[in-house]
Amino acid sequence: MSIPLSWFLVLAAALFSIGLYGVLSRRNAIGILMGIELMLNAVNINLVAFWRYIDPVKMTGQIFALFVFTVAAAEVAVGLALVIAIYRNRDTVVVEEIDLLKE
Amino acid sequence: MKEFFFNITWIIPVFPFLAFLIIILFTQGNKKLSHSLSIGSMVLSWLVGWGVVFSAIATPHLGEHPIHKSIPWFETGTTTFDIGYWIDPLMAIALFMVPFVCLMIFIYSVGYMGYGTDEVDPHYSRFFGYIALFATGMLGLVISENLLTLFMSWEIMGLCSYLLIGFWFEKNYADPNKITPRQAGLKAFLVTKIGDIFLVLGIIYLYSQAGTLSYADTLFNHEFLAHLAETPALPIFGGWSAASAIALLIFGGAVGKSAQFPLHVWLPDAMEGPTPVSALIHAATMVSAGVFLVARIFPLLNIVVELEQHNPTMGLIAFIGAFTAIFASIIALSQNDIKGVLAFSTISQLGYMIAALGIGAYVAATFHLITHAFFKALLFMGSGSVIIGTHHTQDMMQLGGLRKKMPKTFWTFLAGGLALSGFPLITAGFWSKDEILAHAWEEFMHYGTASWPFFVWLLLTIAAFLTAFYTARQISLTFLGKPRSDHAEHAHETPNTMTLPLIMLAFFAITLGWVGIPEEIVGQGNNWFHAFVGHEYDPTPLSIPVMLLSSGLAVGGLGLGWLVYGRKPLEAGQMDPLQKGMEKVRLGWLYKAMQKRFYFDEIYKAIFINGSIKLADIFYNFDYNWVINPIVNGVGAVTRGISNIFNKFDDKAIDGLVNFTGLSSVKLSELGGITDLKVVDGIVNGIADVTGWIGENVFRPIQTGKVQNYLLILLISMLAIIGIYLVY
Repeated sequence: MSIPLSWFLVLAAALFSIGLYGVLSRRNAIGILMGIELMLNAVNINLVAFWRYIDPVKMTGQIFALFVFTVAAAEVAVGLALVIAIYRNRDTVVVEEIDLLKE
Repeated sequence: MKEFFFNITWIIPVFPFLAFLIIILFTQGNKKLSHSLSIGSMVLSWLVGWGVVFSAIATPHLGEHPIHKSIPWFETGTTTFDIGYWIDPLMAIALFMVPFVCLMIFIYSVGYMGYGTDEVDPHYSRFFGYIALFATGMLGLVISENLLTLFMSWEIMGLCSYLLIGFWFEKNYADPNKITPRQAGLKAFLVTKIGDIFLVLGIIYLYSQAGTLSYADTLFNHEFLAHLAETPALPIFGGWSAASAIALLIFGGAVGKSAQFPLHVWLPDAMEGPTPVSALIHAATMVSAGVFLVARIFPLLNIVVELEQHNPTMGLIAFIGAFTAIFASIIALSQNDIKGVLAFSTISQLGYMIAALGIGAYVAATFHLITHAFFKALLFMGSGSVIIGTHHTQDMMQLGGLRKKMPKTFWTFLAGGLALSGFPLITAGFWSKDEILAHAWEEFMHYGTASWPFFVWLLLTIAAFLTAFYTARQISLTFLGKPRSDHAEHAHETPNTMTLPLIMLAFFAITLGWVGIPEEIVGQGNNWFHAFVGHEYDPTPLSIPVMLLSSGLAVGGLGLGWLVYGRKPLEAGQMDPLQKGMEKVRLGWLYKAMQKRFYFDEIYKAIFINGSIKLADIFYNFDYNWVINPIVNGVGAVTRGISNIFNKFDDKAIDGLVNFTGLSSVKLSELGGITDLKVVDGIVNGIADVTGWIGENVFRPIQTGKVQNYLLILLISMLAIIGIYLVY
């Protein structure tokens, strides 16, 4: 007996929601980055699950997940670099104090 | 060995051409290398050239079966032009003379242009480049296989004559009437071009008849020649045959190049160039090219005589030649420039050759061509040696007494002078000139005194006497007596590079005549020159009266010259005895005319140069004063009147209309202005106010600058959109 597809989708939705909540609510920029990672992983779960249950012959879902990993890694690297740069300039990583976009 | 030389004949002009390129492109800075290259290339050409000549002499029946090789050069339509070489007796004889004389002149130039002295010419290297190119032209002309390459070489020489005559182009004279080298170069170029136009026309005419220009298919194709002699020429030539017409046109080229009357005017002025150039171009080779050309087309002349016993072109050629011979020798009597005498003597001797060709004495003309080249180059180079030895004194009235000071120059000059005047038996000039006179005599005996051969004979005989006289005058004035100036007093012999070529040429000036001694003297069949060159023409029979007469004239002329000028040498500042004598018998005007070269330069200037200016004036007036400008001005005046009328119409009618339109527009726009201010502005301001209020109170507060707020709005909006999507 196998686990139904819906379980994976629920898990992924939950994970995505947690990530989204983190992004919206955390004051620390690092926390926001972590939330983004959670959301990306939720997507990965969806991709792999759909591949396995719908069309396991072609390896499209796996390959897509691999691309997402790669992009996520790159994005984290860029994001952390940005955070460090902001900290050096403004001595803070609290996002409420970073309202440069207003100007 | 023969085959070897016949196969590499084409290389003869290539050597000097390469030398020219290398000198002009690379070695201008190095004088020694430049003259070595030039002379070296000429030595190679000379060796190969004489190899070919002696191979040709050793080939039996060369005259009937000339050797020729060619390769296709370029195609025009269905015909092909070839480039190649042609070996026959005439070519061999010219090739005997050209490279050797050129080589002598090249060596001589080293001394003349002052190598190794303080007076070395600043363009020394360039000079050697140019003379190498000149040699290329002459050698190319001699070995040409067709008239096209001949013409090309001919023009190369034309160019070189321009470059070399004007070689001292910076030179200016205080006297504005004295021609400067650059003017002389231009004059030579333009005057010879007049002849060249006829040559081109002749070549084109021949091509239109034959479809080819190679000698083998035209000049040496008897059937074609016969056909040409029977074809009537273009109507412009009257009733002549095409052969006569073509020959006449090509002869026009020779008139220019060989300085025959009436295109002789360039040669005396060409003496402005350096003396080796005078020797190279105006004595030994280039002017000979014209005679060579006429000798080349001699079959074309002869065929008409064979068929019709009479050729109008030849009559004209003979007359021009004979007239030039006597005319130039009369002028030579009165010239005081040492090179000027030689220049006119050259013109006169070329007249002999041309006249000889005109009376059918092909062999005699060729013979005189060769001997003259040697002794005239010798005389020119001798005069150059005098000029260098006396620090550029050219006026013979300032010379004198150089016999002891410049012995080598004197003895070689004497040999050349004797050859020129035809001193009996021992000199080359005697045998060649005598053959011409004998031929003219024979023709005259044949046709009687009322014929042109008689006039040719008479004029040439008188010219022979005058030649001897002016030669004696020149030698006496230059070398005998006492020096008449400081420069002559302090003259010195010139370096070996100059005297050695003189000695070499003097050897030939004496001995070369012996190859053509008439058969009656040396025994039947032993006239080598005739057997080699002119086997198809009857030999000129020896005529004892002519020989006695010409010997007598030569000796008499020399003797008389010596009596007048040599026995009692001129003192400084003394008048020329000839002038004194002529003034005594009221012929002073004639002497003056002779000195002024019969005013030909002035006449040509009055007719052609001033004529051109007059013509230009007429056109100018036609344009500006008489026709074109009045028409244009008239049209302008009429147009202006019409436009005045339109102007009035404009002012009154159109302007009123326009002003009325303008005024009504102003009123209308005032109305529009009020509407704009009240209505449109109100609407626009209202919109702006509303927008400002919304911005201030609605949108500005939302823009917190905090990313999280934006994301939240994004989320809410997305949820709302999804909700709407789900509900409907």
